[in-house]
Amino acid sequence: MKRLALKSKDVRIGVFVCHCGSNIAGYLDCKAVADYASTLPGVVYSTTNLYTCSESGIAEIKRAITEKKLTRVVVASCSPRTHEPLFKSACEEAGLNPYLFEMVNIRDQCSWVHMNSRDEATEKAKDLVRMGVAKAWFLEPQEDFEMSIEARVAVIGGGVAGLSAAESLADMGVSVVLIEKSPQLGGLTLKLNSLAPHLHNPDDLVNPLIERVEHHPKIKVYKESSIKKIEGYVGNYRIELDVKDQGVIQEAVSAVVVAVGAKPYIPQGLYGYDGERVITQFELEQRLKSKGVGDGIKNVVMIQCVGARSQAEGEKSYCSRICCATAVKNALILKERFPDIKVSILYRDIQTYGSDFEAMLWKARSMGVRFYVYDPSDPPKVADNAVLVRSKIFSDDVLELPADIVVLSTPLVASDEAPVIANLMRIPTDANNFFLEAHVKLRPLDFATDGVFLCGSCRFPCTAEEARIQGMGAAARVGALLAKGKVISSALVAEVDSSTCCGCQGCLRICPYGAITYDESRHVCQVNPILCKGCGACTAACPSQSVQLKGFRPSQLLPQVRAAMESLREMFVSCEL
Amino acid sequence: MDVGRHPKIELLAYSEVERVDGTVGAFDVTIRKKARYVDESKCTGCGACAEKCPTRVPDPYNEGLGERKAIYRYFAQGIPSTYTIDPDACRHLAGLRAEKEGADKSKIKKCGVCAKICQAKAIDYSQQDQIIHRQVEAIVLAVGYEVLKPEGITEYGYGRVPNVVTAIEFERLLSASGPTAGHLYRPADFVGKKKMPEHLPHAKRLAFIQCVGSRDGRRSIHCSGFCCMHSIKEAIIAKEHDSELDAWIFGMDIRAVGKGFEEYRLKAEQIGVKFVRSRVAEITKGPNGLPIVWYEDTRARRVYSREFDIVVLASACLPPKDAPLLAEKFGIELDSFGFIKTRPFAPFDTTREGIFVCGCARGPADIPESVAQASSAAARVAQVVLQEARKVAMQ
Repeated sequence: MKRLALKSKDVRIGVFVCHCGSNIAGYLDCKAVADYASTLPGVVYSTTNLYTCSESGIAEIKRAITEKKLTRVVVASCSPRTHEPLFKSACEEAGLNPYLFEMVNIRDQCSWVHMNSRDEATEKAKDLVRMGVAKAWFLEPQEDFEMSIEARVAVIGGGVAGLSAAESLADMGVSVVLIEKSPQLGGLTLKLNSLAPHLHNPDDLVNPLIERVEHHPKIKVYKESSIKKIEGYVGNYRIELDVKDQGVIQEAVSAVVVAVGAKPYIPQGLYGYDGERVITQFELEQRLKSKGVGDGIKNVVMIQCVGARSQAEGEKSYCSRICCATAVKNALILKERFPDIKVSILYRDIQTYGSDFEAMLWKARSMGVRFYVYDPSDPPKVADNAVLVRSKIFSDDVLELPADIVVLSTPLVASDEAPVIANLMRIPTDANNFFLEAHVKLRPLDFATDGVFLCGSCRFPCTAEEARIQGMGAAARVGALLAKGKVISSALVAEVDSSTCCGCQGCLRICPYGAITYDESRHVCQVNPILCKGCGACTAACPSQSVQLKGFRPSQLLPQVRAAMESLREMFVSCEL
Repeated sequence: MDVGRHPKIELLAYSEVERVDGTVGAFDVTIRKKARYVDESKCTGCGACAEKCPTRVPDPYNEGLGERKAIYRYFAQGIPSTYTIDPDACRHLAGLRAEKEGADKSKIKKCGVCAKICQAKAIDYSQQDQIIHRQVEAIVLAVGYEVLKPEGITEYGYGRVPNVVTAIEFERLLSASGPTAGHLYRPADFVGKKKMPEHLPHAKRLAFIQCVGSRDGRRSIHCSGFCCMHSIKEAIIAKEHDSELDAWIFGMDIRAVGKGFEEYRLKAEQIGVKFVRSRVAEITKGPNGLPIVWYEDTRARRVYSREFDIVVLASACLPPKDAPLLAEKFGIELDSFGFIKTRPFAPFDTTREGIFVCGCARGPADIPESVAQASSAAARVAQVVLQEARKVAMQ
């Protein structure tokens, strides 16, 4: 505590203990924690709130900062992931540097895990608060980094999602570089015969969109191009493209929208797939669009979930969302074109979600399309002229359904570009190579990496309309970033003390964000504060503590460790060890 | 909270649009700002008034399973945190109304406790509805949806058979901030009791009934899209409360069509949630006063009955409340299901230029879809507003 005396005149700590309704107060004694906090050195104010994050809780923090002249604020509540930004901005609004704020997690890491031991949970919360207060002593004011950005964006992928994103952005006045690998814009949608549920011709919807994009003064389209390299960070991405007949081209943009789409799964070796009589739903769609399904076709059997919702090697475990609606749509079209045709759909759960898809299902039923449920443990068998299925609705017998054509509904799977882009940009994908959004519910179109966004079937299989919705949505996310004209990045980044750095480059090799470079002339490493995400990996790698993470310096963490040890020491003393 | 604090957003809570005049780029919106009887600029949200208020009413936030006071905040983290007096429940406002109508003064009972207790002097019994105007260039409708109250589906016994609840009611039962503080009690054991009884038995057997009022030729054939997933989630959470608990989901098709949803359904199966392919025929009150579910397992082709502690009805996502009236006010059309009509490939454009719609008001959508749609509607607005600005600049 001697070290504290040096700073004690500037340190006035306020502690706010949150009930979180009953989430915390239901399992530990918040009042006792707040009372305990008031006895800690440096704490001049402590109180409890029903919800510290509520408007009144925030007002209370702001009031206390002014009235009690607080120079540090500690909130003991939930995880920093939920409300740290809010509490920090409350400090800032009351004139306190936001980096003089410390959060203590007594919910996720205390009340929720010790629901049946109130006394111990209360003691643990006190320990955690004591640690937070100990660290708060040594916090330093910091300034965020600010950098101006240009309204220029790259959209990767020229399908419906990418086209929609590009058009929306361009209409907002943003310059767009649209990068497409094939010679033709429009993606998978243009290859379809019709769009569920209203049976629109995709040409009528997509071609005008392509037209607008290709002629938009704000959009530059690169077709037949591939991405060789993407480097940089929000506000400063550099893309190297290989464009047919133009060679290597460099583009600089502030943000990137990933819309590389997906492709249909080819069911090699499943249900006698041969591309002739046994075809995929996508192949049927193309036959319907061009040359027709063939003369004299009287019986069509469709099998759902081929290669999907399966744990088998090489198959996909997920439900591909759109195949049931596609099958029902194609069954309807077949019925309308050939009124005498018999169409049967063998399914597990028929996934016509929403209002219009379900209406389409009812229409198909009323037109005589037959639906037979099958059990995945006893799947249908494709014979020479028929499909055999045991649908237990009427009896346990195997039904023999005549089949001139068998249509297999296969899932959309991640495109070949997905892993390449993921690797180039260091953005995450899930086990199925679909891109992983920042938050599955609240940030579905953002990556966790700043300045990178996603939309369409590269996120997860979706309909053309959903791709359009997501494309426009991603555009709004980018627009909100660019409209400010600058990016602000957290001050909590690593910094190198060049007077002690020996230039071993251990930190450089371990940095997952490529934020560290080696200065050849001075033989020291240096950190790019915009690229650094503050993960702290470098600080662990550095043998001389020359790289330190602001806000998590040894001089801040060690007092916290010492404070944690205090209760242990008491425990040991009481055990007479 | 982000919205409430945003310098570019004016939040008009407890307000309703009366009419919309003008056209895209120059709408004049007439808004009724309803009387709260509490001065927003003075109320600190401390809650002392609600603590002392003597009048208890069923709490709509907890779906009537708990109680709140006549002066209230809809829920604790609500924005703004200003309290509001429910004019239908408040004794003082009733007294003032009676006085105005010239009732016998000796018989009028007034209260006024909240005004006495409020240190901020924020209570204002004389507050009136205000009519205000805002000039805007475009409008986004994000009015949400209405959950079907399943009284009309008589065979499911909602409101008649004890412990038959809707999914939203069940959510409140599971919630730590709900009427049972997250303990899974049977509602018939405590609803309507003056005090929460002690030592209540926990519900051990749960049934989830899918497609209540949807995919139903007698009512609406539309699929509500998200109910399969919320039933699976509720079953999993209930099993997390108590792993011995029995949870059955009765549905025709289990629609787990989003990212990670099929995996989530599998997880439910693995922890022992039972899925029965069936359309439940009837729910009756059994000899123990508990609900009995009658159903055909269509895979076994046999009819069964089974007693449960709580039956949860996944009731349909309906068009927004008073959608026809809303359509009239805004001058827009509805689709055949009653949701707000949009155009193909212009998924947010209503039938009136400059008015857009997102979320469940245009048809059932889950949270990620609604969030994505909200962003897209914003992009659409930006497109239109900037185009209008350009037109003006050209002139």
